[in-house]
Order: sequence, then structure tokens, then C-alpha cells
Amino acid sequence: MAIQVRIPSVLRRQTNGDESVALEGQTLSDILDGLEDRYAGLKGKLRGPEGDLRRFVNIYINDNDVRLLSGPTTPVSDGDEVTIIPAVAGG
Amino acid sequence: MGFVLGMKCRECGAHLPVAPRAICEECFGPLEIVYDYDAISRRVDRDALVARGRSMWRYRELLPAGDETILGAEVGFTPLVRADRLATRLGAREVYVKNDAVNFPTLSFKDRVVSVALTKAREFGMTTVGCASTGNLANSVAAQGTRHGFETAILVPEDLEPAKILGTTVYGARLFGIRGDYDQVNRLCSQIADRFGWGIVNVNLRPFYGEGSKTVGYEIAEQLGWRTPAHVVCCMAGGSLITKIAKAFQELQTLGWIGAHPVRFHGAQAAGCNPIVTAVKDGSGEIRPVKARTIARSLAIGNPADGYYAARVIRDSGGAAEDVTDTEIVEGIRLLAETEGIFAETAGGVTIAVARKLIQQGIIPRHDPIVLVVTGNGLKTTEALAATAAAYPVIDPRLDQFEQAVATMATGSRPMAAATPTTIRPLSPSSGPSVVGVVPAAARPSH
Repeated sequence: MAIQVRIPSVLRRQTNGDESVALEGQTLSDILDGLEDRYAGLKGKLRGPEGDLRRFVNIYINDNDVRLLSGPTTPVSDGDEVTIIPAVAGG
Repeated sequence: MGFVLGMKCRECGAHLPVAPRAICEECFGPLEIVYDYDAISRRVDRDALVARGRSMWRYRELLPAGDETILGAEVGFTPLVRADRLATRLGAREVYVKNDAVNFPTLSFKDRVVSVALTKAREFGMTTVGCASTGNLANSVAAQGTRHGFETAILVPEDLEPAKILGTTVYGARLFGIRGDYDQVNRLCSQIADRFGWGIVNVNLRPFYGEGSKTVGYEIAEQLGWRTPAHVVCCMAGGSLITKIAKAFQELQTLGWIGAHPVRFHGAQAAGCNPIVTAVKDGSGEIRPVKARTIARSLAIGNPADGYYAARVIRDSGGAAEDVTDTEIVEGIRLLAETEGIFAETAGGVTIAVARKLIQQGIIPRHDPIVLVVTGNGLKTTEALAATAAAYPVIDPRLDQFEQAVATMATGSRPMAAATPTTIRPLSPSSGPSVVGVVPAAARPSH
């Protein structure tokens, strides 16, 4: 089993229309590295030059916002689902 | 189309044509509307505008919709109340309340943003509109969506205040209660907007929707006689409103309709959900999401999308951010009600209580003009007051009992605020016990 990554429509131009992709890794950083390796166009979209998550990108591991966990260093394990969602709010 | 030149990314500056989208494909930054202010100032001036109908749409050239048909032409232009009795209690000299608790049709400032979003949804040819909401937005999308013939899909945390649930379903709107907090509801709504071609007002219609909030700022300036106050205190959930009031003042300056006087913007949150306040206070300006826990449900957004910009508006204007406890929120609601006869919801209590705190701390000088923004109506959040509800006497329809009750209330230290029943001695033993009693409102059937 691997880690399933869900990609929002706003990024699917870079992923050739792929809505999700299975990747392997120990941490969220590994997953994002794998994502950028597979889709070169994603480089710089999700993370800044220092590897920090971009301000308007929300990433969830299963149900949890990674900013409430350990950010890019958050560990991931087989069967986890990583969801990328642009920041929108206001209710 | 009108005076809109297009859309622009707030982060990387990329320009895009107008479309139902909120996110820059290059950098994920939020998109905003670009206007041709020169053309606007040639088309309309203050005098022409004042002659128009008293609704938010009198500022239509500064809104990104409505070239053909306006949906919700009656929305807005709520009272700006000179609040002298409140000012006295706050120890300030000149205080105004912008009272969106009486907005049309659903008693919150969300009626403004929904009017713009639905007008735009119709222009885009959308037939279904929806939202993720903490309640007020749900009410407004339900009411206005139904009235204007849209299908609706409204998502809220399933444990919202009953009045906000009822105030959605009564219109026949399609409501989904989600087992989760607002941030989880919002996340699901983003995925729904991605999957279905619907107009989710605070997701893919967000750049248009948000512009509706500017009308709060236009109205404040016009109602003050085309000037700005020295201070604005505004509650913050997603953080958009405070930035849009600032933008409104900026635009009026650009048009030459008001002078360029500095306004300090102060942001108000509940202590149980204060990510924007924290970002201002720690100096970072960066939002760290929190798990919300407060009676101010309409402000319970732990991951505010516009928090970064709200913190920046506060900092750049020389304002402050402050939070208040649930107890202080209730005190704020009561203070506004008891001084000005305005019953605000919990979010309004946050604004009042934070204003009191900032004045006490000397951050807002007592002699400066202050506008307090009240965004929603207290009748939707009565639960928050249940524990402190005022007591009142219950008597038989007899004049002597009335006289007795009045006398008792006059002698008590503050009988109407008594939390426990105060029984008045019966006039005669044969009248039985507790003929005249003071019953706390909370102990009585509420409807």
C-alpha cells in the first residue's frame, strides 16, 4: 500500500488531469518531493524555496491540517490520504 | 462589462479574465477584482450616488456585478447609529454602531456578499448556489437563493445554533449538516466546488462575494458625512470583512470622495478562536490554525483564509488585535442592548467587548471617533444568554399583584438581573404560595 495524494482541479493542468496519485515516503516532505518529481510543473507551487508550505496551500493528512501537526516533517504511513486544498474560507 | 478590468492575483500579480474562480493557478494566491477608477469617477460622483435608492447597490459601479439584473436590490444601507449611551459606558466621546443586525433579508452582513455572489452566479449562467457556513451565510444563501430561483446546497456544522438551522430550512433550502467543525465543512465545500459546476459563494465565487463587504465601508463613510472615523473595530472570522472596509475607504480616497485621513483598524476575536489576533500580537503576521472553541459560533473559523491580509491591514493601519472570553462576549451583548437597544449576536458581543478592552488599555484614545461594526442579530444566538437571562415577575391579572411586583423590583438591588427566583410574599395566606414570583427567563418555556 502507498499514500494516496488528492490533487485539486486548480493544479490538474500541471498533473495532466490526474486527480490522484499513489506515492511512497516516510514524511510529508518525501511525498511532496515525489509529487514534484512526477509532475515538474508543481515545483514551487506548494512549497517556497526553503521547503516551507506556501501560505495559501492547505494540506491534510487524512482529516488533519498538517499545520496542526508537524508541517512538512509530519510522518506518513501506508494507507494515509494526503489532500491538497487551496485556502478559502469565510462563513 | 461595467468598470471591471479583470482579475488579478494578490500574491504574484498575474492578470486573468473574469471567470468563476478564486485561486491563482500560478501560485495559489487569492484573486481580486481590478476596477477602472478613472472611468468610474467620470461616470458617477457623490451627488449622483446620494440621489439613488438607499441600498448597497447605490455603489454599483464599485461592485463586480449587476450590469444587467441586480439580485437583492434592497440589501444593505443599514443604520449607522450614534451611540452616546454606549460611549458613556465605554468612557469614549464619539461612538457609532454600524448595525448590520438589521440587514435585509436575513439580519446579517452576509446579505451583502450573497447579493453580489448571486447576481454574479446568474451572469455566469449558474443554476445551483451553495456555501460552507457557520450560520449567517447559510441563512442568506437560503433566503436569497430561493427568492431568485436557484437550487441550493448549503453545508454547515451539524451542531449549529437551532435558529441558524431553522433560518436555513424554512426557505426550503437544501441543507447538509456535516459532522465536523467549520474548517472541515469548508474543506468539503472546496472539494464539492471542484467536483460540481455549482456556484459556491465563498469558494469559486469568492472574489465577487467578498467585494460585497466593501459596501459596509462605503456606507460608514457616507453616513458620517463623507469622512472616515479614526478607528474601526471589527470582528473577524475568515478575516475578509475588515480588509474590505479598509479597501472601501481606500477606493473612496482614490475617487476623491473622502479626504486621506488615517483610520486605525482593530480586529476582534473570541479567545477560543483567535488565530488572527495571535498573528498580530506575535508580530509574525502568519496564521497558525487553531481548533475553535467559543460561543461565538459565527466567528469559529480556526483556519481563516484572509487572516494573513487581515493581520496586515491591522498592522499597517497602526491598529491592534484583541480577544475576549465567552463571559466578556455576553457582557458585550448586554452592554450594547442595555445602552442602545441593539441586540447583537455573539460576534457583535466580541466587537463591543474588544472595543471596551482597547479603550480601557488606552490603545483607542477616548476622544477619537470610533465605529463599531455589528454584523449579526442576537435573535439567532439566544442560547448564549440563557445562563444570564434576566428574571421577571409572573403575576395574576390583578392590580394589587402588579403594585406588589413593582414595589419589589424597586427595592431589589437589581432585580431584573437576578439569576435566581426571588419570591414575593403573598398578599394573604389564602392566596397560596408564590402567587407573585420572579421567575428567571431561562426557567420558562422560551416560545
